[in-house]
Amino acid sequence: MKYLVPKADIPDKLYITLTALSFALLLALWSGLTYSGFVPVLFLPAPDQIITSAITLFAEFNLFDDILASVGRVTAGFVLAAGIGVPLGVLMGSLKVCEAFAEPLLGFIRYMPASAFIPLFILWLGIGESEKVAVIFFGTFFQLTLMIMDVTKNVSQALIDTAYTLGVSRSAVFWRVILPSSMPGIVDTLRITFGWAWTYLVVAEIVAASSGLGHMIMQSQRFLKTSHIIVGIIIIGVIGILIDVFFKGLYKKLFPWMGKGGGV
Amino acid sequence: MTDKLVIDNVSKIFSDKGQQVTALQNTSFTVTQNEFITILGPSGCGKSTILKIIAGLEEPSSGKVLLDGREIKGPGSDRGMVFQSYTLFPWLTVQQNIEFGLDVAGKAKSERQDIARHYLEKIGLTGFENAYPSNLSGGMKQRVAIARALANDPQVLLMDEPFGALDAQTRTVMQELLLTVWEESHKTILFVTHDVDEAIFMGDTIYVMTARPGKIKARLKVPLLRARTYDMKLADSFVDLKKQALELIREESWKTANSNM
Repeated sequence: MKYLVPKADIPDKLYITLTALSFALLLALWSGLTYSGFVPVLFLPAPDQIITSAITLFAEFNLFDDILASVGRVTAGFVLAAGIGVPLGVLMGSLKVCEAFAEPLLGFIRYMPASAFIPLFILWLGIGESEKVAVIFFGTFFQLTLMIMDVTKNVSQALIDTAYTLGVSRSAVFWRVILPSSMPGIVDTLRITFGWAWTYLVVAEIVAASSGLGHMIMQSQRFLKTSHIIVGIIIIGVIGILIDVFFKGLYKKLFPWMGKGGGV
Repeated sequence: MTDKLVIDNVSKIFSDKGQQVTALQNTSFTVTQNEFITILGPSGCGKSTILKIIAGLEEPSSGKVLLDGREIKGPGSDRGMVFQSYTLFPWLTVQQNIEFGLDVAGKAKSERQDIARHYLEKIGLTGFENAYPSNLSGGMKQRVAIARALANDPQVLLMDEPFGALDAQTRTVMQELLLTVWEESHKTILFVTHDVDEAIFMGDTIYVMTARPGKIKARLKVPLLRARTYDMKLADSFVDLKKQALELIREESWKTANSNM
């Protein structure tokens, strides 16, 4: 089998077929377990029941508002994390004094679980929107900043030296070389960490939320609406992959100069 | 003839994990205006360190470097540099790379474009203005890097094994191309290499360096006329000088090899 050689390329058609196959297999497994009656509906509803539930949720339970509320929270928390984390990470990656000051502290805090901070956030921020945004911020900010630092550290010293010999001053080297050179890495880091921000959504909406996908899921748990829970989970997955596709498109559009495979 | 560049008793000591390594020891030489100097030495002899000190990218541990009588305190656009590794800015097109230094200097767009067009033609890359470096071959990248350095019109051009990463054929082509471009401006050039043929073919004067700690071992005048042509590589005077240089380098390479064993 020539396609089983490590790192060998495969035709696009085969790639897409294999991807479709994995989804089809999951659906087939799901259908087999449910339509045969092997798994009770309470544990796992059949695919058509999920579709019916989704329609009901959109039509009667304002699921769209929940989606908007969740997207708003995740975006707010993430934008806040990125707004502080990107400039801070760039500084930490280029100036040793900034690294020495912030890296050990951030590295320490990032191992503290965001969910464990929820009682404190409630105490400090109350149970309004800011508490939920805080959980998402806390869940992403530290990792994001450290990843941006690493991206910036990888900027080639030779490029910086070249810029100096072409007349660039020590301060201008930030926006002349370091920033444009790390932009692809920054956008890629944002893509990955936005995904993480989504995974903190349900945790953030556990407490005193009156809207949002996480809230909907927790409500459905109370009434044992298994199908609603699954609809909520699938929607979070779909939004996640849409954002991923968006960032990948943005990457291609912004960085036409990146060679194939990311090499330069 | 005036002294363009004076390297005055320069030493450089690196400390690495408490160990002190002398890369360069009491090195002195002068470079005349419009001279093409090649610096020939075994690997690790500190020849790149000299260039970095002249460029202002490294500080000497002792001694000083004077350009037009003024001591060098840091990097500046009056000393252009071409590196062995590919250092084109990957996010800029060929044209934007060549214009980079002019843009930093705040030159008007039309002037930048004129200069870039001139050098694009010189290096034979007209038509590649809008290509990104990732689409260029190694030789093309180095041609653009040379154009970028020259477009800035530096007082001195420092070249750190610029063709070291290229294959032998491309290398020969690049040597001739650089000489053609040089004939036009006769810019003062310091060209570091470990290739004896290259050092003779390109230079007016060759400084041969010792193994670490590096210092000047010999100064050889190249008796060949300008403009150089590739068949000069077979001339008796070329071959004689090559024998002499090879002998000098061989001694130093053995020293390095033995000290590493």
